Parts: sequence; structure tokens; C-alpha cells
Amino acid sequence: MMRHEINWAAIDADPRFQALHAKKTHFLWSLMIISVVYYFLLPIGAAYFQDLFKVKVWGPVNIGILFALSEFIVAWTIAGVYAKRANREFDAMAQEIINDAHNIK
Amino acid sequence: MNLKLIGGAAAAAVLAAVSTLAFAGTGAVADEFKWMTFAVFGAIIAVTMYITYWAARQTHSASEFYAAGRSVTGVQNGWAIAGDYLSAASFLGIAGLISLYGYDGFMYSVGWLVAYITVLLVIAEPCRNIGKYTLGDVLAFRNQPKASKTIAALSTITVSTFYLTAQMVGGGVLIKTLIGIDYAVSVTAVGILMLAYVVFGGMKATTWVQIVKAVLLVTASILLVMFVWAPYGFSLPGFLTAVTGDPKVQSQVAKLLGDAALNMTPEELGQRFLEPGLFLKNPIDQISLGMALVLGTAGMPHILMRFFTVPTAQDARKSVIWAMAIIGGFYVLTLFLGMGAAINVGSANIVALDKGGNMAAPLLAQFVGGGPESMLGNLFLAFVAAVAFATIVAVVAGLVLAAASAMAHDLYVGVVKGDHASPQEQVIAARVSSVVVGLLAIYVGIAAEGQNVAHLVALAFAVAASSNLPAVFLTLYWKKCNTYGIVAGMFVGAVTAIALVMISPNMTYPKAVISAAKKVLEGEPAQPAKEAVPAKAASSFMCELFALEGCVASSPAKAASPEKPAKPGAAEKLAKLGEKVAGMEAAKVAMTDPAAVKKADEDIAKVKKDITATEKAKAKAESDLKKFEGQTASMMGLEKPFFLLKNPGIISIPLGFLVVILLSLATRDKRSEEMWDELYVRQNTGIHAEGATAH
Repeated sequence: MMRHEINWAAIDADPRFQALHAKKTHFLWSLMIISVVYYFLLPIGAAYFQDLFKVKVWGPVNIGILFALSEFIVAWTIAGVYAKRANREFDAMAQEIINDAHNIK
Repeated sequence: MNLKLIGGAAAAAVLAAVSTLAFAGTGAVADEFKWMTFAVFGAIIAVTMYITYWAARQTHSASEFYAAGRSVTGVQNGWAIAGDYLSAASFLGIAGLISLYGYDGFMYSVGWLVAYITVLLVIAEPCRNIGKYTLGDVLAFRNQPKASKTIAALSTITVSTFYLTAQMVGGGVLIKTLIGIDYAVSVTAVGILMLAYVVFGGMKATTWVQIVKAVLLVTASILLVMFVWAPYGFSLPGFLTAVTGDPKVQSQVAKLLGDAALNMTPEELGQRFLEPGLFLKNPIDQISLGMALVLGTAGMPHILMRFFTVPTAQDARKSVIWAMAIIGGFYVLTLFLGMGAAINVGSANIVALDKGGNMAAPLLAQFVGGGPESMLGNLFLAFVAAVAFATIVAVVAGLVLAAASAMAHDLYVGVVKGDHASPQEQVIAARVSSVVVGLLAIYVGIAAEGQNVAHLVALAFAVAASSNLPAVFLTLYWKKCNTYGIVAGMFVGAVTAIALVMISPNMTYPKAVISAAKKVLEGEPAQPAKEAVPAKAASSFMCELFALEGCVASSPAKAASPEKPAKPGAAEKLAKLGEKVAGMEAAKVAMTDPAAVKKADEDIAKVKKDITATEKAKAKAESDLKKFEGQTASMMGLEKPFFLLKNPGIISIPLGFLVVILLSLATRDKRSEEMWDELYVRQNTGIHAEGATAH
């Protein structure tokens, strides 16, 4: 491996890398914020909105239980959404830069 | 090769020690069925030893020892992460919490899964792209190598030690409760087995032991849930209707609610089991714990290390997805395991074996197999006990490997040798460090017998979240982050988390213990009826966190309570119970009807059980009084907790981030600035990432 051949600053400044960086940053922060907010709604709801959590909707199944179960669904969905976009889009964008890495000066 | 002979001999020694001392005590498994437990234990040990033998033949270089030659696939790594993460605390502990407290136990499990979102989105791929074997490698990429490797190693060793101690002590107690093997023997057996895996088989053996364990755990859980849920036609409302209608569940809720339960119907009591607030009382404490979980998991060195075992960042991504599916699926199953144990076994029987509820899942296994008297029931119990044993060994192996790599790779090779160590020297250093850490773990495990270590798991997460995560996160994503920032931030974050726990309610406060013991021994005076008290908020947010001068602490609403009669002391109670038994036995003599005699026998057995429990409580109170006689202050010289939360995250995590940021802004570090472009390009693209070793 000949590391000296790669000009990291030039790649960083390359529009393709900048595009990847911008897309990824925006996407990751959005997902992170959604998942953190959704997660903390659970302890907050359980502590301050007990009357809502106690409402029975399906036999003895109440909103609290459904909300806790939905935490799992949301976590899996976020993971799935990220993986899909990363596999399809980010990996391809990165690959293009990798292929060209030695030529970006 | 000599190494393998030693490995085999170690395994044989463990088996021999375990089987000779096995019958020393009593556990959940009856003596006549213990051979089955040992057969299952033996099978698991044999399989893992074969794995170690196979892995040892392929483990020669440092990359093979620390990272399994980066040859683990994404799916395999996903299972291994699940095996590494689902410790006995989550496998038995959460099922236990659900069986005793219903909804709150289930809610508690959610954070453990959500934690992996952070791992997936911000940690796994970048670390795989720029790291080599350890947390120290990631930090040293752009920061001063020696300084960052030193602080990373210290933090890794601290976190691993806390987690390891909790695992060793918890494991020793667990094995003792399940099959009655002496505590010190259990700890030593766990330690020697784990050492054999790590020292000879390195990461490859550890990975496969974790995979085997995860597969066993998931299989056992699915089977149990099938048995528990099938009678209700796999209907969620059907199953939960059975839970809320169960008298055992209703009486458990009544017990938890105390006076508040007096005006509730049985239906209301049952439904209350599915509502929040029976276990987790302080929402700020929960948010604090949630922060530690969600950010701490991503800073756990043994989890981080797993991402260096796969060939590419894409495989790292895939492994987190698999891990999330397995871990999340498992926690959904625990809802059924816990509730199933609550209706089939009953909280009284669960608590009789272990106050924390850890025996809920094993007892449920015994029940679905046909109960304590049946062969199948005991085979199931044996299987679950063996899975629990495999769990402890697998988690401990991962932790020891992480601590040993920090010691050998970061401190010895990186700092002492300045990265100039021969390949052979590196492997020797790794193996020697593993032995040192492993022996230390056994020593600490035995020395900490009887200590309350449950809070150490939460503390390990809090330290990882306050120290490792801010440093890694800001190194990866913030251009201005530098060596001074991470060194100061990691130090302050870790020290704050530990210091807050030292002055928190987790510690033992002799005054409270003594007064509780006195209540048991001397009884309580009668209490007049009380009017309802509305909930009170603390006088300020700081007062929610600290016992400051002039603070009014918050308190929840209290329902009106009727007059309570005086409670007798233990001695008085025992005398009364003794009289009761004598009276009942005298009455039995006069009985002729066999049904009545049987009923009388049952009643007598109940009172006798009560006597045993009272005697136990009395003995404990007496020993507590003796132990803390004349003491008024905790280890830290406090009479009562100064920090009011059990989890320090809410303060220590923001502080860790803040110190990294402020120090980085205040100082200049040329290397950290110069390496930013390379780090940022490499973590996003994977150019020059450490590749797989060819075989």
C-alpha cells in the first residue's frame, strides 16, 4: 500500500465526497434524533401520562403495552431504513470515490 | 502442542472439581436429578472445548488473536454480539423483573435494544474503517498515540472490571442457587473455562462460544414461550387476560401496592400488573439510566471490539442489524417468559429462591416440563441452568479479551514499546495479559462474595457513556476535537460517574440498615390512620438530584391509610407461630376424616414455611446489626445519600462531552488537526481499512 499517493485533503474537498458527507450527516442525525426522542417518550409517558397508558384498547392490552411494543418496531424500522439506504446509496457513492482515490489531486 | 494439553487438562480439572463438590449444597435442582444438569453442562463444556481446540490451531498472529483474522461474517458477528450482550442480567434478570413487577420490567428492557441504534448509526462502521483492535486504536488515529492509548486503556480496564465483577459475583450466586455448587468453586470454574477459551483460542474461540450460547439461549426461550403461550392460541389479549385474572398475580400486586390496594377489586389489581409504576418510581432516574444505556453500549469496549472481527464496514453494518433482530426478538420473548412465570410459578415461589427474581425463567422451564417432581421438568431446568452457565462464561470471555487487549496492545505494545514489538512478542503479550486479567477476575469474584454488585452493571454503562463515547464520537465527527480534550474529558467523565455512585443510594448506609434490622427484631409500634397526601414536587431541579441544604425532596402521592396495629418483633412472632403449629398439630390428632387431615397437614406446612422465613429474616437482621454495630456513616463518610439518583448518567454524560469540547477549543494540537482529513475520508470510505488476513 502506498499511502503517500493519496491526497486526503483533496478527497475531502472533492464534490463527490462533500455530497456523500452532506447526505449522510443529514440522514444520520435525523434518524438518531427520531430514535432518541421516541425512546425517551416511553419513560416520560410512563411517569407523567399514566392515565393515557392505562387506557385499554384490546382486551386487557393497554396503550402502555402497545407503546412499549412499538418501541421495538420503531427501532427495527430505523435500522432497516438506514441499512437499505446505506447499502443502496452510500456504499455506491463511497465506491466511486475509492475507485478514483489515487487520481484526486 | 503443549498448549492444547494444558487446555484439556484445565477442562478436566474443572469437571472433576465441579462434580466432586457438586453435592455440597442444595439448589433449585433436586439431588436425584443433578446428574442430568451435569450431563448438559458436560456436553456444553465439551463442545466449547472442541471449538477452542479448533480455533487455537488458527490463532498465531495478533490479528488472529484479537480480531479472529477479520474472518467473521456479518451474520456470525450478529449472533456473537447478541451472545456477548445478553448477559445473565438481561436473560434471567429482566424475565425476573417482569414476573414480579409486570409492565415496568418490560419497559426496562426497551433501552437495551434502542442502544444499538447508536451503535449502528455512529460507531460500528467508522470504527471498523479506521480502527485495528481496540478503542485506543480509534482514538490514537488522530490524537497523540501514547496519551490517547493510555487513557483509553485505563477506561477500558475500568469499565471491564466493573462489568466483570458483576458477572463473576452474579454467576457464582446463580450457579449456587441453581445447583448448589459452592460459590468459590463456581467462580473458579467459570474463570478457568473462560481462560481456556481466551488464552488458547483468542477471539475466534470467544466468538464461537458466544454464537453457541446465543443459539442455545434463543432456542430455549422460543421453546418456553411456545409452551406458555400455546394454551391461549397464541393470542396476546387471551394470554394477558389470563395474567390479569390470575389470583397469584393479583396478590403480588396487592403486596406491592400496600395500603393503596385496599379499595381495589381483584380485576383492578390484575390489570394494574400491566400498568407502569410498580417497580420504577423515579422518572429522572430512569431517564438517567436510559442515557447511560443508549450512549454507553456504543462505548462498551467488548462490543466495540467485535466490529474489528469482520472483513468490511458493510459486514459491521450487517452484524448490528442481525444483533438488533436477535436481541429485540429476545426481549419481546421475555415478556411472555416473565408473565408466564408469574401465572404458572407465582411470585412467592420465585422470590423464595432469589429475591431479585432471577429464578423466574429456570422455574418456568421446570414447570412446563411437568414440575419439580418430574424427569422432564428437571431436564428442562438443567438445560436452562446450563444455558445460564454458558451465558456467564461467554460474556466473561468477551470482557477479559477486551481488558487484556487494552493492557497488551494499547499499554504494552503501544505505549511501552512505542509500537515496535515483533509479531511474536505481541501474541505473547496478549496471552500473558489474558491470564493476568482472568486470574484477577477470579480473585475479585471470590473476594466480592456477598457484596451488592447489581449496580456495577449500570455503573459500567455510565462510565462507558461518560468517558468512552464522548471521546470516540467527537474524535470521529468533530474537526476541532483534540488530544487534550479527550484525555481530560475521559478522565472527568469516568471519575464523575464513579464519584456520584459512591455517594448515591447504591451504597450501604449503616444507619438505614440498623433501623431496618431493629424493625424486624423489635417490631413496629401501632400507627394511627393517615389522610391522603398529594404528590409533592421537589423545590427545584437540583433538589431532585442532590440532598442540598434547604431542599424539599419530591414525594409521590399517598392514598389514605387506615389505622395499623403494632407489628410484633421477630422473637415474639416466632413464639406465636410455634404455638399455632402446636395447636394445629394437637387438633389434627383428633381428626379422623382423611381429607381434613390432609388439609391440616397443608396448613401446618404453610405456617412452618412462615416460621422458616421469619427465622431467616431474624438471622439476617441480627447479623446486620452485628456487622454495622457502632457505624453511622457509609464508606464515603455519609449518613445518607447525597446524590439522590441511582444512575449518574444525567450529570456525568453531559459533563464528559462538555469537558472534551471546552478543552479542545482552548488548546491546539497539530496532529489532531492534520489527521482530520485523512480520518474523515477513511471512516466514510474505508480506504486503507485493516483487511482480512489471508488463510
